[in-house]
Amino acid sequence: MEIDKNQLLRFTTAGSVDDGKSTLIGRLLYDSKAIFEDQLEAVENTSRKKGHEGVDLALFTDGLRDEREQGITIDVAYRYFTTPKRKFIIADTPGHIQYTRNMVTGASTANAALILIDARHGVIEQTKRHAFIASLLQIPHIIVCINKMDLVDYSEEIYENIIHQFEEFSSKLYVKDIQFLPISALDGDNVVNRSTNMDWYQGAPLLYTLETMHISSDINKIDARFPVQTVLRPQREGFIDYRGYAGRVASGIFRPGDDVVVLPSGFPSKIKSIDTMDGTLEEVFAPMSVAITLEDDIDISRGDMIVKENNQPKPLQEFDAMLCWFNNAPARPRAKYTIVHTSNEQKAMITNVVYKIDINTYAREEDDKELKMNDIARISIRTTRPLMVDEYRDNRITGSFVLIDDATHETVAAGMIV
Amino acid sequence: MSKYYLNYLDELESEAIYILREVWAQFQNPVILFSGGKDSILVTHLAKKAFYPSKIPFPLLHVDTGHNFPETIQFRDDLIKELGVQLIVGSVQESIDTGRVAEERGKNATRNALQITTLLDAIENNKIDCAIGGGRRDEEKARAKERFFSHRDDFGQWDPKNQRPELWNLLNGKHFEGEHFRAFPISNWTEMDVWNYIKREGIKIPSLYLAHEREVIWRNGSWIPVSEHLKLEENEKVETKKIRFRTLGDITITGGIESDADTLEKIVAEVAAMKQTERGNRSDDKRSETAMEDRKRQGYF
Repeated sequence: MEIDKNQLLRFTTAGSVDDGKSTLIGRLLYDSKAIFEDQLEAVENTSRKKGHEGVDLALFTDGLRDEREQGITIDVAYRYFTTPKRKFIIADTPGHIQYTRNMVTGASTANAALILIDARHGVIEQTKRHAFIASLLQIPHIIVCINKMDLVDYSEEIYENIIHQFEEFSSKLYVKDIQFLPISALDGDNVVNRSTNMDWYQGAPLLYTLETMHISSDINKIDARFPVQTVLRPQREGFIDYRGYAGRVASGIFRPGDDVVVLPSGFPSKIKSIDTMDGTLEEVFAPMSVAITLEDDIDISRGDMIVKENNQPKPLQEFDAMLCWFNNAPARPRAKYTIVHTSNEQKAMITNVVYKIDINTYAREEDDKELKMNDIARISIRTTRPLMVDEYRDNRITGSFVLIDDATHETVAAGMIV
Repeated sequence: MSKYYLNYLDELESEAIYILREVWAQFQNPVILFSGGKDSILVTHLAKKAFYPSKIPFPLLHVDTGHNFPETIQFRDDLIKELGVQLIVGSVQESIDTGRVAEERGKNATRNALQITTLLDAIENNKIDCAIGGGRRDEEKARAKERFFSHRDDFGQWDPKNQRPELWNLLNGKHFEGEHFRAFPISNWTEMDVWNYIKREGIKIPSLYLAHEREVIWRNGSWIPVSEHLKLEENEKVETKKIRFRTLGDITITGGIESDADTLEKIVAEVAAMKQTERGNRSDDKRSETAMEDRKRQGYF
């Protein structure tokens, strides 16, 4: 394995037990040999106890005790497998409507979304919900797996019909790249290996699609943004006057000599060096963690952002965002929350609920102003000081934020700036 | 292909460094939980990178079961000296002596569960608000649901159903007095990633991970090392085998595997061909299907 070339691909799956999501993941793990003998043994034992014939692949993804008892997935679970081409992280999320928050969480870092459709039922409410969330969170690639093809006699007509249904409703969504695949997770058709039951399908199986999908362009390389996490001041021999700004590049490319501006103060400077323990770098891009030093001695602290002089985010104190509400307690009108945006923290107030979205029908509701658990809405927000923001569509890091309730310290909402 | 992408090890490294810096920025008094195992050694190495050219700005905390491999203690002390950081030791023996916990009885008695009390006491006594651990989500099914920043209530307990959502790279470490957090910077690494990275970076690890001759007995499906803390059963006989350890913990329950892998290259090759999970040799996880989840809820690592 050429480990120095292999990329990491994060994808999310959403679905319920019924459409075979757990079976599909179990199949990917099993066929890519990510399952160990002792895990297989445990699953075989449980399968027998439950009276299943053979191995119930879905059991590989069972996690917490409550989930095993109730046969449902409660939380986002992360799974890992590696092929000679890539390392994969699956954010496995439950598909029930009450778990919108988990789907949103899993989607926030994903390069790709896997949407499962049961070939017998076609597009259902849940499909629309998953597609909506994938588009809301701007997952760059969507793969629609039409599963259980074995139960519809591997019919091309049914497959084409479902694609048609999907395209009809998804035309209202903003999706960059979408692909369709006919599969049978239970039997492994078109998962790792090409199906011999569907000669009419000329495309690649799922794993190959995941292995070869072009993801290098998913990262924003235009708008250089460097949120400062902390300041490194070693004050030891050899580094007496050293002052390094530690952070992870959010987007764009930085090089020594670049003319930069520190926000929000607006002080201009030049990048002197880009440092790591392994030496200095001539060029950095997202998502690299480095320390930047500047030519000038400027007062910089956590929450500040280093950007290029000729390309700056907007300093905004009032803006609109798509918000997902995560908490059992509904949003309190005009209450103050802590807003966390990159490494910056301010107080914020939701000044208006513009409309709520029904994620099953995509209908807008303008009269209902109460934000409850799992609601998604367009809101207006005001912060105590300006935040350095980009639109989420252009930048997933500088365009996103969470709200924290100061009374409970819980993360109560996530927002995407529009 | 564009040159502007990271390979997966660099991306995992960058993510871990980001999380370690967030810990430092968001907490007053963090520590690294150091067991002497490869995962905590890796976390320590990543912390060195995260704060270079500064020293690691927080102490290491070792929860000492008293049942140690001597090699682990030597390794720990050498590393502390090299890094120039403080070491805090929480002693399970002391917890037993002061009556905080009682030693387990019976054949498979271990001090594993006793560590919980010692750890929570050390956290309270030292006013630690974040303990950074080397836990990985691929290790065990309960850990697959763990957050990067994992909240613990004022009894040190984990509530898996009431975890804070973590979106993008935004981590919420806000807490009330008495509560603390566990942070897991290498959540997304697998055993294979850890070994590949240790090899790539040339990170020093205890010799126990490399194949060596050792006196062992066969118990619960793995080779348990003979030590002063091991009570032999009637039918058990001591043999000398060439073994190595995949994980390191309490010497009384950490099983080795027969192996000839005496270099990092050979270990990487061996791990790649491995058929059992690494915790398959840990009898503490075999007690029940939910053994790990039950311990985690109470405040285990």
